[in-house]
Amino acid sequence: MRPHLQYTDNGKLRHFLSIEGLQKETLQQILTTADKFTQFGQRDIKKLPLLRGHTVVNLFFENSSRTRTTFEIAAKRLSADVINLNPGTSSTSKGETLLDTVNILEAMHTDLFVIRHAKSGVAELIARHVPDHVHIINAGDGQHAHPTQAMLDMFTIRQYKGPFNELRVAIVGDILHSRVARSQIHALNTLGVHEIRVVAPNSLLPSQVERLGVHAYNDLKQGLEGVDVVMMLRLQKERMHNAYIPSEQEYFNLYGLTTESLAAAAEDAIIMHPGPINRGLEISSVVADGPRSVILPQVTNGIAVRMAVMAMVLGGEGNG
Amino acid sequence: MAELMNIHIQGGRIIDPANNIDRVEDLYVANGNIIASGNAPDGFTADKIIDATNQIVCPGLVDLSARMREPGQEYKATLKSECAAAIAGGITTSCCPPDTTPIIDTPAMANMLTHRGREIGLTRILPLGALTRALGGETLSDMHALHRAGCVAFSNANNAITNTMVMRRAMEYASSFDLLLILHANDPWLSDIGCMHEGEISTRLGLAGIPEAAETVIVARDLALIEQTGVRAHFARLSSARSVDLIVQARKRGIKVTADVAMHHLYLTEYDVSDFNTLCRVIPPLRSERDKDRLRTAVAQGDIQAICSDHQPHERDAKLAAFSEAEPGISGLETLLPLGLKLVHEEVMDLSTLIASLSSGPAALLGIKAGSLGTGCLADICIFDPHEEWLLDSTKLLSKGHNTPFKHWPLKGRVNTTLLAGNIVYSRI
Repeated sequence: MRPHLQYTDNGKLRHFLSIEGLQKETLQQILTTADKFTQFGQRDIKKLPLLRGHTVVNLFFENSSRTRTTFEIAAKRLSADVINLNPGTSSTSKGETLLDTVNILEAMHTDLFVIRHAKSGVAELIARHVPDHVHIINAGDGQHAHPTQAMLDMFTIRQYKGPFNELRVAIVGDILHSRVARSQIHALNTLGVHEIRVVAPNSLLPSQVERLGVHAYNDLKQGLEGVDVVMMLRLQKERMHNAYIPSEQEYFNLYGLTTESLAAAAEDAIIMHPGPINRGLEISSVVADGPRSVILPQVTNGIAVRMAVMAMVLGGEGNG
Repeated sequence: MAELMNIHIQGGRIIDPANNIDRVEDLYVANGNIIASGNAPDGFTADKIIDATNQIVCPGLVDLSARMREPGQEYKATLKSECAAAIAGGITTSCCPPDTTPIIDTPAMANMLTHRGREIGLTRILPLGALTRALGGETLSDMHALHRAGCVAFSNANNAITNTMVMRRAMEYASSFDLLLILHANDPWLSDIGCMHEGEISTRLGLAGIPEAAETVIVARDLALIEQTGVRAHFARLSSARSVDLIVQARKRGIKVTADVAMHHLYLTEYDVSDFNTLCRVIPPLRSERDKDRLRTAVAQGDIQAICSDHQPHERDAKLAAFSEAEPGISGLETLLPLGLKLVHEEVMDLSTLIASLSSGPAALLGIKAGSLGTGCLADICIFDPHEEWLLDSTKLLSKGHNTPFKHWPLKGRVNTTLLAGNIVYSRI
């Protein structure tokens, strides 16, 4: 088995499955490649011929309109042929049918699969079973990884806050169930930020989270003290039913980002959120729509970053 | 069955922990029994001489947990295929957990399995009876009748008995007839949807974890009930250091309780799961390095009395899935002894302790006549070459389940001959 599943033998990015295991240079290449594509996005004619003749299949076993749409736009701007498939999760809980689906699509000469699945590890499972010329981009697997989201967040941080090495970043909310948080932590660590904090009650913090290279806080104000970037996470409303938190109200009182709690952060701190937002649960509207919020730029940046990853994986762009 | 031969096992190193023997000596078998060691008895003529020079002769292994998949899951494996695998691994007694389909909760099922085992004639099949009807955890099974039909112990397989009163009654009832309970310690509320050890790796992989407390909470609960009821009880397949500590403390207080561990828990840890390797998905989960080390020491010091294969053969597709969806279990019959010998090579324990944990230890706790090479004992014998080095090729396993994470592992020591009640049932050369 290939020691580094995400790279080819000569060090080119082959699959994009998780930030963990990627080199700092690769992440920096994604950011600089995305810079170029951002400039194209501002032109009247936004198409580039880089991936002409390539077939990209968005294989979303779990629904997501936002991520799927930005992947679709990204692929189309690079002139690829794009097919969207939502096989649903019911018939594909067994591995055989999951791999069968991929085998069938691959027989139709697909070059790149963008995969989202509700179970952790599926992108990697598929990557291990496709032939060398087929590429996989992970668009979110279970609670494991969402690497393109993390990279668009890094792109946004760099855009607003400059170099990473002096920054203090707080990630607030349901870390336990969040693939976004896991990928953000790996990306921030790889890019060398000064400090990463995670803020949540212990019932929403995964076991031994400090081993990922973060400091854990139970108190929001302490966690936000002096940070330059606040990354909020979405809280699934049903978390109360499994006794993770007592009530929405108590959660918002303790962990909701409001003008008051934000006062602890640095004056010029930016606010991020991967969306969709639960207003009044994890963040107040005043903050979400306020001047320090970069939530909408995150979405815009998602297109350029996904173009960069696709181009690198498929076309050799940014691979020297 | 062929007529029983007079067999002379020549020049082997006899390791017989039950009788405290470790010496080079000849062994004589007639009428299915061991009739003498050392010098041939008067008038003995061998029909067959087995040259065991430079080999080890030990009791046939006794495995406390092997799922043969029959009846009910013959697409995974059959009694025939798995008995052949067991015997190639030197295992002459295999305990089968009751979670077959149908479940072993009637004397008819117990009889059927024992008979099928005899018919195949390779390894001795000992059924474990269901502790509660349909393994439902609510009503007691007809334990006495099941015992008479051949069930050597009672277990609720991997199904938890959540109602503490039911567990208490089961223990009280079993203790009335001195029946042995085999307990799987798992709190299903704490395990929940977990699929691996809760810790750093589950956090990295975003997989739901099974906390250590899922095991220790139930070990503590059941120990309290064992102490109160005085039942003969055994904890199966411990995974954590703290469970071992609880049991050691209980034994010090004089509670009659024993424990076993699955061989793979003495080698693998949560780190082996780190690339979503579904071959390492097992129940209970592989835990930390510290837990693994504690389990090893516990076997070496006799705090854990048996090592089992926890054999669970699977078809390929069962493991070709997302980690959380893959079926748990390892095909372990043919690696039980070689991996055990690796513990000896690594100086974790001496050979005699290993052999005891694979034969006389489990036999004693089950209370069965096996695991001994004493004169008059049934001639269940395993003869192996302790020096042969080989690489495990999972595709060459006799078990229908090729699901082993130990493929390509270099192993040292291999079974050459196995005797079941005086019959040569396996011979590699």
